[in-house]
Amino acid sequence: MDSNSLYYSLELVSGTGSTLSVEQRAALQTSLVMLKKNYKFHRVLFWGKILGLNSDYFIAQGRGEDEMQDKKNLYSLNCMDWSLLPPATDSMIQDVSKAAKSRFIGDPSYVYEYPEKKPEQEEDAVESEAAIKVIEESRLAVTVHLIEEEASVVPRGAFVKSPLGVVQINRSFGGLSQSEARKLDSFFHFSKAKNPEKSILEIGDLNQAIDFLDVLSDDIPKGETPEEFGLLRTVTRHHLLWLGLTFYHVPMTPQHGYIYIGDGAKNLDLPFLL
Amino acid sequence: MMKGGDILSNRVEAGEDGDVVPGSLDLPNAVDVIEDMSHDVKRAFFEDKQSTLRDLAQTTAAELLAEQQRQLFAQPAEEEQEEEELMEAAALPNVSEIGFYLEQAGVGLGREEMQRVFLALKQLVGSQALLRCRLWGKVLGTESSYIVAEAEYREGEEEEEKSFEEVTEEEEREEETQENERDQLPQSAYKPPPAVPKEDLGTGTNKFVYYVCKEPGLPWVKLPAVSPEQITAARQIRKFFTGRLDTPVVSYPPFPGNEAQYLRAQIARISAGTQVSPQGFFQAGKEEGDEEDETTRDSFEGIPAAKMAESLSTWVHHVQHILQQGRCTWVNLAVKTGEDSEEGEAEEKEELDEPEPEVGPPLKFENIYVGWGLKYAGEGYSPALPPLPQKDYPSGPEITEAFDPSLEQELVMKEALEEQQSAIEEMEDIDDEDDEEDDD
Repeated sequence: MDSNSLYYSLELVSGTGSTLSVEQRAALQTSLVMLKKNYKFHRVLFWGKILGLNSDYFIAQGRGEDEMQDKKNLYSLNCMDWSLLPPATDSMIQDVSKAAKSRFIGDPSYVYEYPEKKPEQEEDAVESEAAIKVIEESRLAVTVHLIEEEASVVPRGAFVKSPLGVVQINRSFGGLSQSEARKLDSFFHFSKAKNPEKSILEIGDLNQAIDFLDVLSDDIPKGETPEEFGLLRTVTRHHLLWLGLTFYHVPMTPQHGYIYIGDGAKNLDLPFLL
Repeated sequence: MMKGGDILSNRVEAGEDGDVVPGSLDLPNAVDVIEDMSHDVKRAFFEDKQSTLRDLAQTTAAELLAEQQRQLFAQPAEEEQEEEELMEAAALPNVSEIGFYLEQAGVGLGREEMQRVFLALKQLVGSQALLRCRLWGKVLGTESSYIVAEAEYREGEEEEEKSFEEVTEEEEREEETQENERDQLPQSAYKPPPAVPKEDLGTGTNKFVYYVCKEPGLPWVKLPAVSPEQITAARQIRKFFTGRLDTPVVSYPPFPGNEAQYLRAQIARISAGTQVSPQGFFQAGKEEGDEEDETTRDSFEGIPAAKMAESLSTWVHHVQHILQQGRCTWVNLAVKTGEDSEEGEAEEKEELDEPEPEVGPPLKFENIYVGWGLKYAGEGYSPALPPLPQKDYPSGPEITEAFDPSLEQELVMKEALEEQQSAIEEMEDIDDEDDEEDDD
């Protein structure tokens, strides 16, 4: 969520039970402003917290011109000193998914090892044990990247795609109405559209500048993200695949955002749980 | 209007406005803003003409909730206030202080929400006249969540529970007698293994009674006592809660009961596995056999906070561990005497949030659970496979199917039999002749 709105938006997402202490909030306010200046970001978001056994990682995200392409993730252990996370490549994602399966430890230089044995081939039995080593920092980068890809949610109309292809905030976004906010198809995934093929009938209803992202209602399994109405008439949604991601939106205002506070584990048992 | 918009955006593409609109700074694209604004203006025009329709006063869900929560904030009359203060001092701990410390540790539901929850707890204590009450935590569900309060029984409560159980037993007996009057179907000789008896109220897993509500202000519902078979079933399944207490829990192995029982079983498991207290805070009761009674030691000297945060050995579990059987004290089903046995399996950590709150002045500590009610399973959960189907009957020659013999085979058999018969008769004739000759 935006660093400007950190104060009040934290209250809205505390349904999952994790908040930040006053000390942490104060530290974040100051350090995020400095971060914005140093890295020349357009916007700095407090992305969330990944809980580890010994200590927790605070993650911030800086956005440049293009909200979708220019994203940089940073992490910190104490809300003051931030380090840049490397961008996640495909090979890194593969390595991490094999090697690191337990919880985050809390030390960015911790090494996860996964011994990989190749099966015996014919008579020349050669067992080569190549151990895949992954440090926790890359695991962190991959986790943040995956969560962004799969779980980030934005309301319809909040972002516009200019004809040049640049995705920007829509400054005329006045918020969804109450009835719109209840429907699942007013919310999009904020990542590269994976279902670009739609019938011409559907495209006729859509506005090209706004509807360039995947709709939540196309997700399988359906009902992946449940709602909650607080007294403030906010709409909050918890993500069931990545437990700990909460999205909030106050209808009729442009306030929206998402935050992830959890242990960074994908909930692969979802089909059994529903 | 649409055409006009297209023309404008085409112009932008061609770059005619490119100099005027710097997209790289914070200034928005003026053309797009004007488009949106004119869109809104035109929409506003359209709405005004609909004034002949009257607005129905529709109460939204939020307004209904607000009505109910207003009662939380109601102040009682002055006469009752003094009595209530005395009662509350015993029943509820200092709630705002607990909320403050939890927030320092990074756990909580947000300040206003916590305040409302505590007011609801106060209401619960007042309505049910409980001895002691504590916020246990919050369990999240797919449709809505549960706020769980833990309370201690008074003596009168136990009787109510028993009478409820007796009523259900009587109903069952009546049903059975009715069935006996009709024609009886053959009864199977299968007797299920004897069920492990429930623990008594006030002991073991049923030491506390739990109340749940969906939102602070809505009425509290009491959860039934938990039985050992529910706990063993809950250990084997992994399901989200939906937020409605009467949802059936569809799973394999089948869970005996609805979501209310499943919730109660998970609460029992979570309490047994994760509630901790500083070492030495509780001491075992002095009477023999009463190992479950814990009283706070008055002469407890606090362990300094730094030490507590460093090592895990200063914290101990103060709730009894649940054994394989599903109870805290072991019951030997084969023999009727009860024995105490120890050693259960080591339980892994809970999936979410069992924080160790910071300790301020020595006597303050608190356990709270907020999460989805699932246990941390390292690699992934694979459900139990159904058992192999039982074999009907051992196969042997008597029941194996075979083709009926064909006509030729029967004729061949008949001839063979006749030959045998004649051979035997000849043998007998020869024997007879031999006998006759011998006689002479």
